[in-house]
Amino acid sequence: MEPFQQIHSKVVPMDRANVDTDAIMPKQFLKSIRRSGFGPYLFDGWRYLDRGEPDMDCTNRPLNPDFELNRPGYQGARILLVRENFGCGSSREHAPWALQDYGFRVLIGPSFADIFYNNCFKNGLLPIRLEPQEVDRLFQEAANPDYRLTVDLEQQSVMTPDRSVLRFEIDESRKYRLLHGLDDIDLTLQYADEIRRYESGRIKKTPWLFRSLTDRPSAAGAIDPAAPENDHR
Amino acid sequence: MSGKTLYDKLWDDHFVHQNPDGSSLIYIDRHLVHEVTSPQAFESLRIAGRKAWRVSANLAVADHNVPTKHRDAGIADPVSRLQIETLDRNCREFGITEFDLGDPRQGIVHVIGPEQGATLPGMTVVCGDSHTSTHGAFGALAFGIGTSEVEHVLATQCLIQKKSKNLLIRVDGRVGAGISAKDIVLAIIGHIGTAGGTGYAIEFAGDAIRALSMEGRMTVCNMAIEAGARSGLVAVDQTTLDYIRGRPFAPGDEHWSAAVEAWSHLHSDPDANFDAVVQLDGSTILPQVTWGTSPEMVVPVTGRIPDPEQERNPVKREGMKRALRYMDLAPGTPVTDIRLDRVFIGSCTNSRIEDLRIAAAIVKGRRVAGTVREALVVPGSGLVKRQAEQEHLDRVFIAAGFEWRDPGCSMCLAMNADRLEAGERCASTSNRNFEGRQGYGGRTHLVSPAMAAAAAIAGRFTDARKFLS
Repeated sequence: MEPFQQIHSKVVPMDRANVDTDAIMPKQFLKSIRRSGFGPYLFDGWRYLDRGEPDMDCTNRPLNPDFELNRPGYQGARILLVRENFGCGSSREHAPWALQDYGFRVLIGPSFADIFYNNCFKNGLLPIRLEPQEVDRLFQEAANPDYRLTVDLEQQSVMTPDRSVLRFEIDESRKYRLLHGLDDIDLTLQYADEIRRYESGRIKKTPWLFRSLTDRPSAAGAIDPAAPENDHR
Repeated sequence: MSGKTLYDKLWDDHFVHQNPDGSSLIYIDRHLVHEVTSPQAFESLRIAGRKAWRVSANLAVADHNVPTKHRDAGIADPVSRLQIETLDRNCREFGITEFDLGDPRQGIVHVIGPEQGATLPGMTVVCGDSHTSTHGAFGALAFGIGTSEVEHVLATQCLIQKKSKNLLIRVDGRVGAGISAKDIVLAIIGHIGTAGGTGYAIEFAGDAIRALSMEGRMTVCNMAIEAGARSGLVAVDQTTLDYIRGRPFAPGDEHWSAAVEAWSHLHSDPDANFDAVVQLDGSTILPQVTWGTSPEMVVPVTGRIPDPEQERNPVKREGMKRALRYMDLAPGTPVTDIRLDRVFIGSCTNSRIEDLRIAAAIVKGRRVAGTVREALVVPGSGLVKRQAEQEHLDRVFIAAGFEWRDPGCSMCLAMNADRLEAGERCASTSNRNFEGRQGYGGRTHLVSPAMAAAAAIAGRFTDARKFLS
């Protein structure tokens, strides 16, 4: 994952609450088995006037002129300004993949849905929670497409053009991983011995949780034969 | 020192390691896998040369994309077919047990886990699907994850987590006759809002919850995510044990008493501290119908469509106006004046045998209204379907004019061929009424199976309780 750098960018205001992940990435595009290429279909149902289908060429599709991302002057923005409970609904990681692929690196809003919030960090996307009054202020100011914000993750700050600084809170762990672009699996596997220790204790304590799920579970409830050729541990 | 909540206990039981940065490694007992959110995870494992940490922790099934009729002919949509074949291939390669399309146990991932006894009390259960909260009905810590976490749990059997806060929702008193788990959970969401549970694990408690069957508890926990909470929980009791005993992957006789003993602590201590408590009076809950494009936009069947002008919060007011435009509804309209084009009985919320029984009891000897274009019943699994057929429920539905389909997610999210056309209005037993959820331009009203069945017969919403006397 690419380390998160300071971002200085235009800001697209999206003034609606409870934007769900079905809206961010409609279901017909979830059939893809790839991780990339979702950007052209971001907010597909709102962004275009026709109905989008997978693998469609979007270059000549009719744009909805009223949709926030299509308003003149906001193209190229890397910061999306949102309202309450952004990203609610489905756990689909296709939503942050699409936002990232479109070019966003930062989301600013008063609140985000839990799973979506978590998924953003796995994809180098920074969701920033600010106080509702601060978000209201940014909505007023970002009505001007030339408005720009500077987001500094290291400093946990959002700086406005008049140099006022809005501070935001973020977990140390998430900040560290994002700043360094670290791979979670590598980090976790450093503790593989502890995982093994925990696991063997658990097998002793609650053996019924380790029953094999093969097609014909044995009547004796045999412990998982561990299929050593497949298991990593 | 105060006692622990059920969530605290489950968390502590699965705690493996405190990371230096303050996050925790949590052990995962069960990982359920489906075709939509897993292909990119397997692909990344392959590229990194990683294997599954513990193969037997995983159970896979295709559900989101599968056709619900003419299965013998295969999957017509080549993109859907590729996704399902990819799951088959990944499961073979990694050695993971999969119930494929030809398996009678195939069905919706959140129906088959409990049905097989693959979901058990005291487990951590995860799946790349937000409705994994369903499994919390068993006193298991269950939550939805993204694809990166699917990969992480496959590779390490752990997840990096931060502990949630504790929210207790008590529904006391007895609900009236004909009021279901779906009405209870919709009333809860109407009360606390779709972000009311954000940052929390919700424990559902109180007489009205205790009185529910496991099917009902699953319906309630299923929609915890619609209240913003990743996980919902219900404490273990005799109802839980009775459901589990004898299921294929449940503890056998040799482990049963030890398991029951281990599960006996799976409830919140009397002096446990909750960060927030919400109380509802179950006796006041009426059959619920959503009118908008968020599950919190809900009123009783006796109610009317609310007027946005009465809403003071400007962001909410605009949201209501947008929802009414999308839904083509006017403020003040009685709910019982809303006419339906389609009816969908199914989804991980309401496709279990109890749901089908109650719907069948309502439609028995009646006919779907001529104005209703299509009424679908999609059982949650092949085994639910078989059970319903043994009880002749299929005949009841077919005689009334319903279609009787094969199991899958179907019109809950319309990834397969079952979907609304633009402008169509549907009474649906599913969980989300978002714009376009059931098909581009489609309009969804969330209801209980009883209310959906009654709506199919009447052609418009009507109080299902009058069919049950």
